Amino acid sequence: MTATLEVKVWRGKSQGGFSAYAVPRQGSQTVLDVVTHIQRHLEPTLSYRFACRVGMCGSCAMTVNGLARWTCRTHVTKVVGNDGRLEIAPLANLPVIKDLATDMTEFFDKWARAKGQFKGTRSRHDDFERIEPASAERVAANAGIECIGCGVCHASCDVVAWRPDYLGPAALNRAWTLVNDVRDVNQAERLRAVAGDAGCHACHTQGSCTERCPKQLAPTLAIAGLKRKVAKAAVRGEL
Amino acid sequence: MSASTPDATHAPAIAQARRWYWQRISAMVLALCVLIHLAVMVYAVRGGLSAAEILGRTQGNWAFGAFYAIFVVACAAHVPVGVANIAREWWGLGERAARALSLALALLLLVTGLRAVLAVVAPGGAA
Amino acid sequence: MKRRSDSRARSHPAYWAFLMHRLSGLGLALFLPLHFWALGQALHGAAALDRFLKLADLPLFKAAEWGLVVLLALHMMGGVRLLLIEFGNVRDLRKNWIAGAVGFAAAAGIAFALSLWT
Repeated sequence: MTATLEVKVWRGKSQGGFSAYAVPRQGSQTVLDVVTHIQRHLEPTLSYRFACRVGMCGSCAMTVNGLARWTCRTHVTKVVGNDGRLEIAPLANLPVIKDLATDMTEFFDKWARAKGQFKGTRSRHDDFERIEPASAERVAANAGIECIGCGVCHASCDVVAWRPDYLGPAALNRAWTLVNDVRDVNQAERLRAVAGDAGCHACHTQGSCTERCPKQLAPTLAIAGLKRKVAKAAVRGEL
Repeated sequence: MSASTPDATHAPAIAQARRWYWQRISAMVLALCVLIHLAVMVYAVRGGLSAAEILGRTQGNWAFGAFYAIFVVACAAHVPVGVANIAREWWGLGERAARALSLALALLLLVTGLRAVLAVVAPGGAA
Repeated sequence: MKRRSDSRARSHPAYWAFLMHRLSGLGLALFLPLHFWALGQALHGAAALDRFLKLADLPLFKAAEWGLVVLLALHMMGGVRLLLIEFGNVRDLRKNWIAGAVGFAAAAGIAFALSLWT
């Protein structure tokens, strides 16, 4: 184990380059610790994002040695080789504001375009709707609702890179949880929103989203579910 | 539940969903056809290929003809959708150009494929 | 302008399965019209077909035939895995089926090779 880490950090916007820094190695150290050390002691002009630093908020997602990860939950020992080298870059597939911070506007716009918002009929004056926890729909919804919108899946997906319109795994995963919410009344609109080559039908089951998701969600399977539901409705003329 | 009706903006997406669906249905047909075809090929290729051998088996064999006609139609439904995706994602074609390419490919496969089936099944070919 | 992932992000089995499926499909798509044309030669009589089949004795031709059989088997089994993921109700991406697909293609390739060369 080397005493210092040789860290390359992306500086600039989408055009830019890597700058090198030597960071002292600690016994227990996350990649976020490394970035913070660089900004506090070596390069005050470095821009990056974090908030909770305990794996709850998703703000610190970056590309570490080519893979999208939460830097606060990535121990250096997990990603660094014997040579002590680390490469840290912003998330792929989003415009870069500066250095390690990306513009997430498009990510959340796609969420909205996929009708990722709940629409119900009851108000505070009505009784609660009773949902059977073991029902197939609720189980399917629960499998996907832990998403915190970190952008790792979106950054890992080649179809997002190849098709600018593609809604992407996070938005489609969220749509699937709502498709399975029996209280929601916006289902027809939602199925239309996620149909076609900008939606679920462009997914080629590459599985990078499912591979990288830090919460072990499976957007690939959620999208497969959407494909079934949408195609059935389309062929029946219900869409 | 509100029975909203789709407007023109959703028509392309719905058409794409249908194309996806028919590509998957033809995939299921092809899975069966390919399994059979692979087995036939492993058998037929033994000892080399000759026109007499092939045509001896296929000429006048309308069951064979029906099977391979279905095979061809399934190919024509299945192949162009995948190629259009590659054209859009890897070759930089736009939506219209990719659709044109896919239609052209579908027609090419249908015409040459059915011609081929006819060629080997039609009885009494001249030697 | 956005940054893109590189090959490190693609180094996992499900992605290799996608690549294998797409490339085998493309290869088959390019081959099929040729295949149909060759068979269509029979319209001009058995002699015309035989003239084409003479080529089929060439070692390079046989190797290409074998390659196509393997591509077909790979594409079919990869496709079956996809159909099961998309239409079945699977719990994960069935990486063991990728292995199964490759195994089947290997078996088909061996069977065909034996038919071609013994």
